[in-house]
Amino acid sequence: MDFSPLGLPSATLPSVVPAVRVIVPSGQLVAACRLAQEQGARLVALWASDDRDRGMGTMLRVALADADGLTVLELAIPAFEDARYGDVASVFPAAARMQRAAFDLTGVAAESEDQRPWTWMAAWPIDRFPLRRDFAASPAWEPGQEDYAFVKVEGDGVHEIAVGPVHAGIIEPGHFRFQVVGEKVLRLEERLSYAHKGIEKRFEAMTLADGHRLAGRVSGDSTVAYAWAWAQAVESITGVEPPPRALWLRALALERERIANHLGDLGHIGNDGGLAFGLAQFSRLREEVLRTNLAGYGHRLMMDAIVPGGVAADLDPRQLRAMAEESKRIAREVATLRGIYDEHDGLQDRFRACGRVSNELAVRLGVTGLAARASGVAGDLRCDFASPPWNSLEVRRVVHEDGDVAARVAVRFDELADSLRLVRTITEQMPDGDIRALAGEPVPHRLGLGYVEGWRGPVFCALEAGPGGSIRRCHPHDPSWVNWPVIEHATIGNIVPDFPLINKSFNLSYSGHDL
Amino acid sequence: MLHILRQIARTGIRTEAPPSPADEAHDIGRLSAAVRRVLGRALTIRMVDAGSCNGCELEINALGNPYYNLEGLGIRFVASPRHADLLLVTGPVSKHMAIALRRTYDATPEPKIVVAVGDCGCHGGIFGESYACVGRVSNVIPVDVEVPGCPPTPTALLRGILAAITPRGPGATVPPVGGGG
Repeated sequence: MDFSPLGLPSATLPSVVPAVRVIVPSGQLVAACRLAQEQGARLVALWASDDRDRGMGTMLRVALADADGLTVLELAIPAFEDARYGDVASVFPAAARMQRAAFDLTGVAAESEDQRPWTWMAAWPIDRFPLRRDFAASPAWEPGQEDYAFVKVEGDGVHEIAVGPVHAGIIEPGHFRFQVVGEKVLRLEERLSYAHKGIEKRFEAMTLADGHRLAGRVSGDSTVAYAWAWAQAVESITGVEPPPRALWLRALALERERIANHLGDLGHIGNDGGLAFGLAQFSRLREEVLRTNLAGYGHRLMMDAIVPGGVAADLDPRQLRAMAEESKRIAREVATLRGIYDEHDGLQDRFRACGRVSNELAVRLGVTGLAARASGVAGDLRCDFASPPWNSLEVRRVVHEDGDVAARVAVRFDELADSLRLVRTITEQMPDGDIRALAGEPVPHRLGLGYVEGWRGPVFCALEAGPGGSIRRCHPHDPSWVNWPVIEHATIGNIVPDFPLINKSFNLSYSGHDL
Repeated sequence: MLHILRQIARTGIRTEAPPSPADEAHDIGRLSAAVRRVLGRALTIRMVDAGSCNGCELEINALGNPYYNLEGLGIRFVASPRHADLLLVTGPVSKHMAIALRRTYDATPEPKIVVAVGDCGCHGGIFGESYACVGRVSNVIPVDVEVPGCPPTPTALLRGILAAITPRGPGATVPPVGGGG
């Protein structure tokens, strides 16, 4: 990204994905975002930190991505009451909820029309901000109930359906407010943050040595991606390079996580489309993958397998061979099942044209990851910034154009096949050597970044170290942040009974978003 | 249709006793008998995610796969707490979910059983108690059985459900099973 038209210099940040930092003077934030957007950038994350103790007020950071890599815009907001910053959402719509969350946690607001709370739900006083360094929680604070201003649709025969936060199935908590005529959805509004656990504040009580455990529990289904992104951030702060074998073992775990999640989703999406056979078959295959994980990693979901500097444990040649064999077998079975899905008229009737996100909409809203690749947006960090070991693996870039449930299913099938191939290649070509580099000392005031293509999309992690191996600030960022709003659009004009299918075809994280 | 039938025939019946440790074949038999003895009908479960990282939900979902075949044991998940005999609750309970959890509990008819799932549901886990977390499930509603693990394996979950429907004192903890937890 070139910010020279605004006269803004940039400085390189040490990071696996190329990254630069750009200091933005007050009043230039929106102009800088617009300039970036005109060059094809999309929003990755927006977060704020209390830097009043450093005389910097509140530090607002906006992470953007384009073909060159990551750019982190930094804006110091002076520490006086009612200080505001320019509305990033006027350029990148997905910033809206991030800005509201940043206000709830640090007390600094954007100049935007929508000032409703997002993370705050009456569990603490509205004039207290958890990520301020002088915040002290009181045991006297009782959970309360907020009066959230949902947008209503009025007119003849319009009625409202409120769903959640406790859902009928085995899924995470969130609230969906539908404005409906008959069975047709006129408008859907999401209210998330029910799973807010204070993860960012919790990080500040942990250390660089044990933070990977918390990172691996931001969103359990992406534990490998988060642990890797965390490890990258720590390694970029400490200048540590993991040995080659460790990177290959990480890639193996990441692809196995992708395989397990895609298998699970293909089963559940088939089930929501009315084919229980699909759930039985795919959940069986998923279980077999998890059992192999247990044998290899001592954990079915591979939690805590990735640590800063490398990986926690090695795999022996027998375990690697077992994974290669399993991949061959599962690839055959998945090919059979894909044929059945493709030829099943009833299923295809539910999938096609359902929950459609056009390429134009996906680009405008900055949709990312798997959902973007189903709408013709081809980003994949493993291909775009092929660091080791991806640069020797020839990852297949999967893209489909239709943007409907069928396209999101097709992306999963293609990626599943490629990940199964990758597991075979990785296990066969695994380099020998150490699995962990020694920990290093953090470079003071360095911003550490992690950016990893998880199964759902790119997982981002920004980290600042404090003295003595402590954590000053950590912001883990799930691809679900930018993808949740697009479900509201994808649901418009569909019928209410198709919502579970549409929602499942995205399968976004609540915990990873609510933090 | 022919392809589906052929695939079903080729797959065969995969339902099994949980894989390890070996003595758990015993549990499935006891579970089924205990369900019938205590409730005299199918056990119905309402699952409540009160703020988990979603790791526990993945393993609860796994109970439905052909290997564990929960429905084959007469146990199924239902869509309303008003239809449920047992609440399966994951945590840590976020402050934002505390009221919804309490209401779900109140809506469940007596006699009702509560099983707290995972290290977070049992004692708050890595998130603990904070401005945002109430912590363990028993800080909000009475808990009959706790199933620790991060996340607990499907086998451990089965054992927890069994422990819950076998009459005994409140607060009983089920020992962790196998690896992965």
